[in-house]
Amino acid sequence: MYSEKVMDHFSNPRNVGEIPGANGVGTVGNAKCGDIMRMFLKVENGIIVDVKFKTFGCGAAIATSSMATEMVKGKSLKEALQLTNKAVAEALDGLPPVKMHCSLLAEEAIHAAVEDYLKNHPEEAIDL
Amino acid sequence: MDRIYMDNAATTAIAPEALAAMLPCFGQVYGNASSIHSTGRDARKLVEEARRKIADALGAKPGEIYFTSGGSESDNWAIKGAAFANRRKGNHIITSSIEHHAVLHTCQWLEKQGFEVTYLPVDEYGMVRTEDVEKAITDQTILISIMAANNEIGTIQPVAEIGKIAKAHKIIFHCDAVQAVGAVPVNVDSWNVDMLSLSGHKFHGPKGVGALYIRSGVKVEPFLHGGAQERGKRASTENVPGIVGMAAALEKAVNNLEENGIRLTYLRDKLIKGILENIPYTRLNGHPLQRLPGNVNVSILYVEGEALLLRLDLAGIAASSGSACTSGSLDPSHVLLAIGLPHEVAHGSLRLSLSDVNTEEEVDEVLKVLPRIVSTLRSMSPMYDDFLQGKNLTAK
Repeated sequence: MYSEKVMDHFSNPRNVGEIPGANGVGTVGNAKCGDIMRMFLKVENGIIVDVKFKTFGCGAAIATSSMATEMVKGKSLKEALQLTNKAVAEALDGLPPVKMHCSLLAEEAIHAAVEDYLKNHPEEAIDL
Repeated sequence: MDRIYMDNAATTAIAPEALAAMLPCFGQVYGNASSIHSTGRDARKLVEEARRKIADALGAKPGEIYFTSGGSESDNWAIKGAAFANRRKGNHIITSSIEHHAVLHTCQWLEKQGFEVTYLPVDEYGMVRTEDVEKAITDQTILISIMAANNEIGTIQPVAEIGKIAKAHKIIFHCDAVQAVGAVPVNVDSWNVDMLSLSGHKFHGPKGVGALYIRSGVKVEPFLHGGAQERGKRASTENVPGIVGMAAALEKAVNNLEENGIRLTYLRDKLIKGILENIPYTRLNGHPLQRLPGNVNVSILYVEGEALLLRLDLAGIAASSGSACTSGSLDPSHVLLAIGLPHEVAHGSLRLSLSDVNTEEEVDEVLKVLPRIVSTLRSMSPMYDDFLQGKNLTAK
């Protein structure tokens, strides 16, 4: 049911863990629904220089978290805010329909972490 | 090590004896069991021999066994058939909230047809309280349907006592015994059941075949209309290879019932003890003693069931879970919710179901692999971090 890419990112997740001293942290999801994602960002000069995640959830939740971190690493905050769940799903060669909400969570987790950073750096939000 | 299969509650490998019994039915004995010529009569002979074996295994008469396409059909037929045949007497049905979907969805459909259904709650172990059955009975009650043993958590219900209550009130009692037949002793008379469902592939028989026991004199509408097969109650040319294979498998299972029960109970308890002692924050789901010999169901907190299954699969172990992600809906298993588990605990459930093909070495291997996988997944889980820091289980 899962593509090879999903299985690859599930079994060898990239950027798993946390960043000590992260300056943007976002948590989305709900244990009741079975998925929680937490993204940690290290932002320098408007660029995401490091990103890590921790996820409680199914195979798709872990794979989309992993892929989303790969897609925003080294990117600007503006680019990270443009990340869509569709792009994450496509990068994984697709997801089963019932699992599309996992890619949405990944998008929301990245956005939440960026917004957390911007909350403490409101001057940078003006440029976006 | 070869792959370890611990999903025997989903389906089992076919027994060599069952396969051997089936093979001639694809070759020389190819007749239609309803034909009058000797080619047909050879097939009929095998079907009737199988019927007798199934009847013997249940303490029933051969004329009370009807072959079906499996457990779901048997459940559908029993419940719809009895409901419609007895609707002039009343329109009330009693069942439990932890039945298989073949029973629950059938009852929900009957509600749309004007029947009323009571779904009894269960206790924390998944046990139906007999006094609840008694209390739910009204002068409109025509059918009680309670499973013998639960497919997810393995809890064995007080079927004989419920049967006694049903009999005293002259209410038809159907028992979904799909998980129990071939695993624990079953007797339609001591259980006081009027109808009983079973499925071949749950006890090392072939898939696509099952049976419904209907006590003589119990009124049930036919399910499939057409030819006069199964005494006019269930049309369709008999699935001779399936029927023969199922009977051979059940005969073997019943002959080895006690020995297998003791061995599987030992393996089951070793697994349960090993998991609960070696993995922190785990709990057993289902009754500790009144449970199927081969059923292990635990909740492993702070991990999600599907991720656990995929990791186990990568390690060569086949298991099952009641998490939402494996059910294809947003809700976890209705059984785990019915025994009172919060959603997040139900999501982390793991079912390991054993059969006579499993070995102690396999149990030891699972006990070696599982803690490592749980520890990896927990190290990735923000819920576990929050828990260790004393925060609530649930994020925003």
